[in-house]
Amino acid sequence: MDKFFTAVQLDEDLCRGCINCIKRCPTQAIRVRNGRAVITKQFCIDCGECIRVCPHHAKKAVFDSLDILKQYEYTVALPAPTLYGQLNNLDDINIVLTALKSLGFDDVYEVSGAAELVSELSRQYVEEHKEQWPIVSTACPSIVRLIRVRFPNLIPHLLPIQAPVDLAAAIARRNAMEKTGLPSEKIGIIFISPCPAKVSAARDPLGIEKSNIDGVLAIKSVYPKLIGIMPKILDEIEELAISGRIGIGWGICGGEASGLLRENYLAADGIENVIRVLEDLEDEKFSNLEFIELNACSGGCVGGVLTVENPYVAKVKLKRLVKYMPVARTHLRKDEGYEKAKREIDPYWNEEVEYKPVFRLGENMRDNIHKMSRVEELCSIFPALDCGACGAPTCQALAEDIVRGVACEQDCMYVLRQRLHKLSDEISMLDRTETNGGMK
Amino acid sequence: MSECIELRYEVSSEDFTRAGEASSNVKKKLKQMGVSPAAITKVAIAMYEGEINMVIHADGGHIEVTISEEEIEIKLCDRGPGIQNVEKAMQAGYSTAPDNIRALGFGAGMGLPNMKKYTDEMTIDTEIGVGTTVTMKVKL
Repeated sequence: MDKFFTAVQLDEDLCRGCINCIKRCPTQAIRVRNGRAVITKQFCIDCGECIRVCPHHAKKAVFDSLDILKQYEYTVALPAPTLYGQLNNLDDINIVLTALKSLGFDDVYEVSGAAELVSELSRQYVEEHKEQWPIVSTACPSIVRLIRVRFPNLIPHLLPIQAPVDLAAAIARRNAMEKTGLPSEKIGIIFISPCPAKVSAARDPLGIEKSNIDGVLAIKSVYPKLIGIMPKILDEIEELAISGRIGIGWGICGGEASGLLRENYLAADGIENVIRVLEDLEDEKFSNLEFIELNACSGGCVGGVLTVENPYVAKVKLKRLVKYMPVARTHLRKDEGYEKAKREIDPYWNEEVEYKPVFRLGENMRDNIHKMSRVEELCSIFPALDCGACGAPTCQALAEDIVRGVACEQDCMYVLRQRLHKLSDEISMLDRTETNGGMK
Repeated sequence: MSECIELRYEVSSEDFTRAGEASSNVKKKLKQMGVSPAAITKVAIAMYEGEINMVIHADGGHIEVTISEEEIEIKLCDRGPGIQNVEKAMQAGYSTAPDNIRALGFGAGMGLPNMKKYTDEMTIDTEIGVGTTVTMKVKL
């Protein structure tokens, strides 16, 4: 596995080659070449910014359709807490969970239920690992991907505990196998996701060797079906909910951090803000911080590109929903399967996250010095307009592309125009010389 | 002589929002050049401290960064008031920063000591009324 699978992909027929996405990509992973956007997948962290900004809807996220249920004998839906924030006037989560079963799932397991377990484990981990402070959350896969390509110094700060959805998948699989007696491959664990980053994380996970998630559905494609079913099942609601305020709070920025029940934390959302926090953390500008929660999307998971509701409205809805809920329900669940799962499943990471120096220019230091000097030289020729006409987001990025051998100087309109002027001057001079010569 | 690359940055005075621009630019370049994460941390922290110092005490100046195969040299040059007592300035907690700077959370007296701590070599050339040049080296 190359671990560079990206769920954000391009629809070439829709792409017009404009420069909106190249300008917005936080890792400068996109170029326009031959009139079409090209994503360098090693640089892409699946944040979904380009999906948000593309006016032609040419960027899309790959995810599964409900047909995936047919591939398995027994299926379990894992709804993200964000799903509840899409619905109006919801006061009983069991309605949503029962509706998911009516959609064709055999069972449901709330991701927010596993989130409460992760909160419990994190509380203990943060307390016991002061040398690692501030510990950086790893629930958002885009953040982990960003850190492994851009912030190697911060890898030791990562919280080595599975994301709630991965733990939920492991527990759900274990429970389903015990309940049905079916082998693992006949059981489908399907996540209902707010974002494409989770699609990639399920396929090429970081921190864990293999994900227990078999398929990922988008909240936006499940939502219309759910609102059709919900009014019809009000008489047959099952008791399926297993989470409280802490678990559901994970859908909103600050939810994970507040679940630690500590004071010295910082929670940032929106990829540009996150990058600023990581830069400052790298320069050791924070003191006394114990935990840093980071969310690539504005507002947290409610801001994911696969959701339908405005993230800030979804946040209000979630807050209203949890108002009268118990703080957490991990202690209230006494079912045998849950206790066994807790004993049998290792919730920690079992694989190192390695630094991937994808932005490196050369092979060795000598080569790097040479190439960086060339980048500087090129930058002094370019107009520093960052116009994007060459297909790279900035003049500096074009210079780097040239040094990497994937672009040339004349891709810059400014350079090209100067060369054309020079050429036309030379031609007219030549023409004049010839005309003068003819008069003699 | 081994190959090297020279970078130059102007540091403007009294503008805290821009202080740190030069060090983060250098940090980005070092990452692209495959410099070890540990060395990058040293350079980023020491250079940021130096940049802030130039803004606080010396009305700005300029920074010259030389990257070779063996080491990274950072030369912080200002035309500020000069340092009265270098030995004292090197003591942790000693600061001459005015109150308005302290109010911003700076001036804890850790600037020069931290710069020394994070670099392999540091020399200070200073002349009262003329300026100060701090040269730091991080070995690769």
